[in-house]
Amino acid sequence: MTTYETIIGLEVHAQLRTQSKMFCGCSADYAAAAPNTHVCPVCMALPGALPVINHTAVEKTILAGLALNCTICEHAVFARKNYHYADLPKGYQISQYELPFCRDGWIEVEVENKPGFSEKPGLSKRIGITRAHLEEDTGKLVHGGSEAGDTRLSQGRGSYTLVDLNRAGVPLLEIVTEPDIRSPEEARAYLVKLQQILRYLGVSSADMERGAMRCEANVSVRPVGQEKFGTKVEVKNLNSFKSVKLALEYEVARQIAALERGERVVQVTMGWDEERGRTVVQRTKESSDDYRYFPEPDLPPLVVDRAWVDEIRSRLVELPDAKIARYVNELSLDPRDAQLLAMDRGVAEYFEATLATLRNQVSRRNLVSSAMGDAKIAANWITGELFRLMNAAGAGIEAVKVAPAALAELLGLVAAGQVNQNGAKRALGAMFVTGQPADQVIRELGLAQVSDADALAQAVTDALAKFPAEVARYRGGEEKIFGWLLGQVMRETKGKGNPAVVRELLEKSLRG
Amino acid sequence: MPLTISEVEHIAELAKLSLTDAETALYRDQLSAILDYAAAIQRVDTSAIPPTATVLPLRNVLRADHVTPAMSQEDVLANAPDAVEGCFRVKTILDAG
Repeated sequence: MTTYETIIGLEVHAQLRTQSKMFCGCSADYAAAAPNTHVCPVCMALPGALPVINHTAVEKTILAGLALNCTICEHAVFARKNYHYADLPKGYQISQYELPFCRDGWIEVEVENKPGFSEKPGLSKRIGITRAHLEEDTGKLVHGGSEAGDTRLSQGRGSYTLVDLNRAGVPLLEIVTEPDIRSPEEARAYLVKLQQILRYLGVSSADMERGAMRCEANVSVRPVGQEKFGTKVEVKNLNSFKSVKLALEYEVARQIAALERGERVVQVTMGWDEERGRTVVQRTKESSDDYRYFPEPDLPPLVVDRAWVDEIRSRLVELPDAKIARYVNELSLDPRDAQLLAMDRGVAEYFEATLATLRNQVSRRNLVSSAMGDAKIAANWITGELFRLMNAAGAGIEAVKVAPAALAELLGLVAAGQVNQNGAKRALGAMFVTGQPADQVIRELGLAQVSDADALAQAVTDALAKFPAEVARYRGGEEKIFGWLLGQVMRETKGKGNPAVVRELLEKSLRG
Repeated sequence: MPLTISEVEHIAELAKLSLTDAETALYRDQLSAILDYAAAIQRVDTSAIPPTATVLPLRNVLRADHVTPAMSQEDVLANAPDAVEGCFRVKTILDAG
């Protein structure tokens, strides 16, 4: 049987996070707006209206291009892409064609190929970026709008589509890959990495579920060893990570089955039908000639000089891969923890701020502490206890009321022996709800750790008096019951006993 | 070099124009004449001239990313042949997919 190789290229559209639209001053924040309320003569294409380029959108495009290791082109030109559709008021989309802002970049993704694919598993791999350009979004169509009892429908005159132009003209960054992707898993890994980068840069929310990041794929298969690409099929409507994977798996299997039956793959545009779990033919593909691209006469070209690029480059933040490497190499964090912390820029900043305060405190209090130990402790508390609280509350890091300095203070109190681990967990739970400082919560909830030997000795005596049978078993050689007895003493202290002191006293008492 | 009838029909389809046979023939002649004119320009040697997107000296005309007031929904829809629930209403021209 022939073994096939999958070839995938992706086109991603990401809405840029700007205040206003690409070519006019209408608000780009349309999520909660009533239909057709963020619309002006420019974005509804009234005669005589002229577009003007949004400075921030251009800079965000260049910033993204730099993060994607692209060459920033010195000359950039907007072009008209001509086609007719109800969501496109001008009859053309302002896009870029021959002279985009960014070209020839790459990003690196982790590859975990299944056996049978042509590459070795567990490697990182570069996915080439052909280009990244700036264009405008289209309006939103709601199909299937037909009225109950509309007699025209029964006369076969068709149904209606509703058009809302609030989204028309929102800046869109289009990022096109080389045909470098070899499996649906790789496609997913690429999208996850791209989303992470765009979010880190703050250029896009890149939220797929809300349509702020959308994906189209070019998919083909070829027998392993064949150099020439197979006929490609474009798959649209990939609006979640899940549908990207399912649609690509389906399409690859469909093409292989067709070739195995001795049929040809026809070059078409398919749409992913989420409900039916299959790709459906949408239309035969236009050639790019049919779009009749030409330079946009209403927009002067741009010259992107070195000084401008350097200025934008100075705004680049440390990206996830660099952060993970630094956390592992300089802070000796576990790679898994490093990844969890670096996944989201907000979390990474929270961790770094916590660590900075923790180190300050430590040096102020003149406590001996290893720098690496601090990082490990902060990482454990954030990926453990804080994430648990966030998950339970369904809250993102932005909504967390515990300031990094407050967490650092709590961890400082743990290190100074003023509250034990369990008490600190309870304190964090309360701080998470109220946002109060650590010392206040510990005082109010009475969580301060008891290290006083006399008070704890009493607790040991009380506990042992309650469980003479267990004490006898321990003394009879059943040593593993020690942990249970320790628990009973901690209970006597209402969980506030210093575990190290309690252990010592209990051991002494049981020996005696 | 005259355009073929099917090329004219294809261009008309892209522009969503429905032409009679007489119009197709008429536009074939007119469009072909325009192409001949363009062909004459293309004979000029431009190898030493950089590609030119505009003849104006303007470059980098940008606006600050500030929101300005939009039109009212009423004004936006004032000239619409048909509107419902704040939206333009048009005949569905393609299946939803």
